[in-house]
Amino acid sequence: MHSPTSIETSWPDAIFAQFRRVGVRQVGYVPDAGHSRLIALCKDDPTIADVVLTTEEEGVGLVAGAALGGERAALLMQSSGVGNCINMFSLFRNCGFGCVVLVTMRGEFGEFNPWQVPMGAMTEDVLRLSGFLTYRVDSADAVDETVGAGCDMAFDGNLQVAILLSQRLIGRKQWTR
Amino acid sequence: MLERRDFVQQLLIDRGDLLVVSGLGSATYDVAAAGDHPLNFYLWGAMGGTAMIGLGLALAQPNRRVAVITGDGDMLMGMGSLATIGVKQPKNLAIVVLDNARYGETGMQPSATDNGIDLVAVALACRFKYARVVSSIDGAADVRALLHRGEGPILVNARISAEDTPRVLPLRDGHAIKQRFIEALNSV
Repeated sequence: MHSPTSIETSWPDAIFAQFRRVGVRQVGYVPDAGHSRLIALCKDDPTIADVVLTTEEEGVGLVAGAALGGERAALLMQSSGVGNCINMFSLFRNCGFGCVVLVTMRGEFGEFNPWQVPMGAMTEDVLRLSGFLTYRVDSADAVDETVGAGCDMAFDGNLQVAILLSQRLIGRKQWTR
Repeated sequence: MLERRDFVQQLLIDRGDLLVVSGLGSATYDVAAAGDHPLNFYLWGAMGGTAMIGLGLALAQPNRRVAVITGDGDMLMGMGSLATIGVKQPKNLAIVVLDNARYGETGMQPSATDNGIDLVAVALACRFKYARVVSSIDGAADVRALLHRGEGPILVNARISAEDTPRVLPLRDGHAIKQRFIEALNSV
C-alpha cells in the first residue's frame, strides 16, 4: 500500500482516524473502488472487525447487532447499495440505532456508465426518506470535520447519519480498453 | 415433525445469559411463548436481517453465546448472510431455523424449502462448523447443548409441523426492546 502524500489522496486516512477516535469496532462493507484504501486500513487494524457483506442490507443488521452488544459499527457502500437497504433501514428508526454510513457516489459528475445514474440521482433523497441526516462532501479538506461531526451525532445521539462522498472528491472512474 | 412451541420451549430451558435474536412472525411469538426475557431481541420486521443481527452481536460479545431463532422465510431472504457469517467464523453463534416450509404470516404459502432447497447444505457450503436437521423432539436437548457449548457457526434446520399456533405477542416498541436488552446485558 502506498502512503498518501497530499490531502487529495489522504481523505480515507482522515475517515479512519475518526473511526479510531470514536471507537468504531465493526465495519461492514461491499467493496468499492472509492473505499479501497479505507477498507484496507480497517482490515489491517486488529481492533476493528471488517465484515465483507454479500449485499449492503446485511450491514444494517450488523450495525444493530453490534449496538446491542455495546459496540459501534460503521458501513461503507457505494450509492447503488443504498437502494438495497431501504426496508432494512426501518430497523434503525424503529429501535433508534445510531449509525454512520459512508457512501461513495456514482452516477453523478463525469459518470461514464449511464446504468449508475438512476440510483445515484436518488441516493440522497432515499436516505432522507429513510430517516438519515445527510452531509455531502465535495472536497478532501472537508472530510475530516464532516465525518467527525457525523460520528459524534450518530453515536452520541443515536441518529442515522449518511456522508456522501461525491464523485468530484473520489475522482472519475478511469476506464481503459 | 416437531411442534414449534414445545421445541423452542425446550431449547430455552435454563437459558442463563444466552442472547436470543428472534425473526419476525412466528419465531418471535415462539420465543415469547417460551417466557419473556430481557435478553430476547424480538424482531417484528427487517425480514432477512435476523442472522446478521446475530453476527454483529456475536462479534461484539465473543464471550457470550448468541442464538438466532427464525423461520425459513427469513433465512431464505437472508441466505447471503450465511456466506458473510461463514467468512467471519463466529464460534459463539448458532442459528435455529424453524422450518415449516411455509410463509405462516401470509397464509401458509409454500417456501423454497418446500421444494427441496436445503439450508443445511447451504450452511455447510458456507463453511459453517456444524449444520444438521432435527425432526424429533428427542433431539431438542442436543440442540440446546449446541446453543450453549457447540463451536460455531452452527445452523440447525428444525423441521416443524405447519399448523397455526396462537399468537403470543411480546413488546413491540423497538426502542424499549433494545434498551431493555442493553441494560440486561450490562448487568449480567
